[in-house]
Amino acid sequence: MAGELPFELPLIELRGKIEELRKFGSEKNIDFTDEIFRLEERYASLEADLYSDLTAAQKMQIARHPGRPTTLDYILHIFSDFCELHGDRLFGDDLAIVGGIAKLDGLPVTVIGHQKGKDTKDNILRNFGMAHPEGFRKALRLMKQANKFNRPIITFIDTPGAYPGNAAEERGQSEAIARNLVEMAGFQVPIICVIIGEGGSGGALALGVGNRVLMLENSIYSVITPNGAASILWKDASKADQAAEAMKITAQNMLQMEIVEEVIPEPKGGAHKDLINQADAVRQALIRHMGELTRMEQAELSEDRYRKFRAIGEFTFQD
Amino acid sequence: MLKDFFQKKKTYATITSDKAKRDIPEGLMTKCSKCGAILVTKELEKNAKVCTGCGHHFRLSALERIQCTLDDGVIVEYDSDMISLDPLDFPGYKEKLAKSTEVSGMKDAIITGEGTIGGFPAVVGIISFDFFQGTLGSVVGEKITRAIEKAIEKQYPLILFSTSGGARMQESILSLMQMAKTSAALKKLDSQGGLFISVITDPTYGGVSASFAMLGDVIIAEPGAAFGFAGRIVIEQTIRQKLPDNFQTSEFNLKHGQLDQVVHRKDIKATLTKLLDLHTVPNRSDV
Repeated sequence: MAGELPFELPLIELRGKIEELRKFGSEKNIDFTDEIFRLEERYASLEADLYSDLTAAQKMQIARHPGRPTTLDYILHIFSDFCELHGDRLFGDDLAIVGGIAKLDGLPVTVIGHQKGKDTKDNILRNFGMAHPEGFRKALRLMKQANKFNRPIITFIDTPGAYPGNAAEERGQSEAIARNLVEMAGFQVPIICVIIGEGGSGGALALGVGNRVLMLENSIYSVITPNGAASILWKDASKADQAAEAMKITAQNMLQMEIVEEVIPEPKGGAHKDLINQADAVRQALIRHMGELTRMEQAELSEDRYRKFRAIGEFTFQD
Repeated sequence: MLKDFFQKKKTYATITSDKAKRDIPEGLMTKCSKCGAILVTKELEKNAKVCTGCGHHFRLSALERIQCTLDDGVIVEYDSDMISLDPLDFPGYKEKLAKSTEVSGMKDAIITGEGTIGGFPAVVGIISFDFFQGTLGSVVGEKITRAIEKAIEKQYPLILFSTSGGARMQESILSLMQMAKTSAALKKLDSQGGLFISVITDPTYGGVSASFAMLGDVIIAEPGAAFGFAGRIVIEQTIRQKLPDNFQTSEFNLKHGQLDQVVHRKDIKATLTKLLDLHTVPNRSDV
């Protein structure tokens, strides 16, 4: 197995011991069945313990796992007839965001998502899923197109944040994000957003103004990366784990604060352990929510979205 | 030549000005952070806090902004008693809020309300950098959203003066969501034909620049204001890119098509008045 995370080390060690014993037993022809059975029991309970109560920092590691399924993985496993569409018609085609038209259980929908790379070369092409303005503007073009053809919109969110760089600033990174927020608020088609990995800051929110926002169990959503928060707040980027806890970034936190409507469970250890079943769980959730939203009137859909975001915020009044 | 000599001497005197500083009563003189000129504070204030030497625009508090922009310096305030909570129980947040109130005399980072500018009624919001660096938390987001809703209800134009370090990290996701909330409200104002003028002042970053600040029908900025999504330090640290000297100034943003105008502070009120007038359709019988 590859790609285990540091906190999974006790499991890996125990698994190694079990395999060693098994091999030793078969080589020397000694019956270790009972011992192996007991070790397997211990493994199961250790696994249950470890994964049932993951810290925010551990979830952050799973959310950033290099093998974590990406937008294109979900598109290929959930939808049929995917037709990718490229470019913002203004400047270029940003590969950090992919999009197109596809069918969800027979219903044509527009699908858009941040796309992280599968390896270093791919990551360089896709800027690690960090979009430039042209990426957000491509997404906006596809969403406007969806709105025109009365086609529901599904977005997958997985980005550390919008790309920080000179070119991005020159071409109006702020405007590109702001424009998506304001336009997404007004579309009269159902919008469902699924946070599949990292929901980082404005770059995530630029695809995140939905009637329903769903979140995978081990994904995270935050206003700034915990690393960034740690270096600003405590001048120490190594305190990212502490910042992750303080900022309350987990799916469970989001459900509690009514930022998301549903948390989609993941297999033990994370989505990367079983893409097929994970994709199926996401598919079932999408179909269920889409069924509810497609029953709503057009004008009702934008009102519904307004109500959702209008209600967010905690404040009080002082005499 | 002789002039050069005096110039040099002047510079020399500035370097050793520690002693001089001690001799001057606190607050009587102010040093320009850009050109280093020593200015008489009273004169500086008379000049709307613009350096008479180099034109550098000092930051204004919300109250100072109201003084120099609204007619008679009068605003009828909305939601003046709204204050922040600490919904995430974030380490140190309560203390920082208390300190911000102490420093600025404000309850949170924004004042909203209505008044007139050049005789034209408007709903106005002014963020103050001296409260928690003008960061966008629930209170700022809610007060702006309520102001937008007032503008819709009263059919008044909306004018927002932005300055902000960005999101208020201590409110984490609730802070991020204020970007979506204010933008959704602006969509309503927009679809009803309401006018929104955004005035960007130094500095405006992150969550504020990537939401309402960039959504004005007209966007103007004060000269030299630093304004962008990710700041210089973040970019230099993240991707180690060499950035131009004028990076993210108003002038940089004007050149790259992100602004309508760069307007000197002394002309802001006149510019707003003109824009409000240009959006007022006269009665046919008056023409």
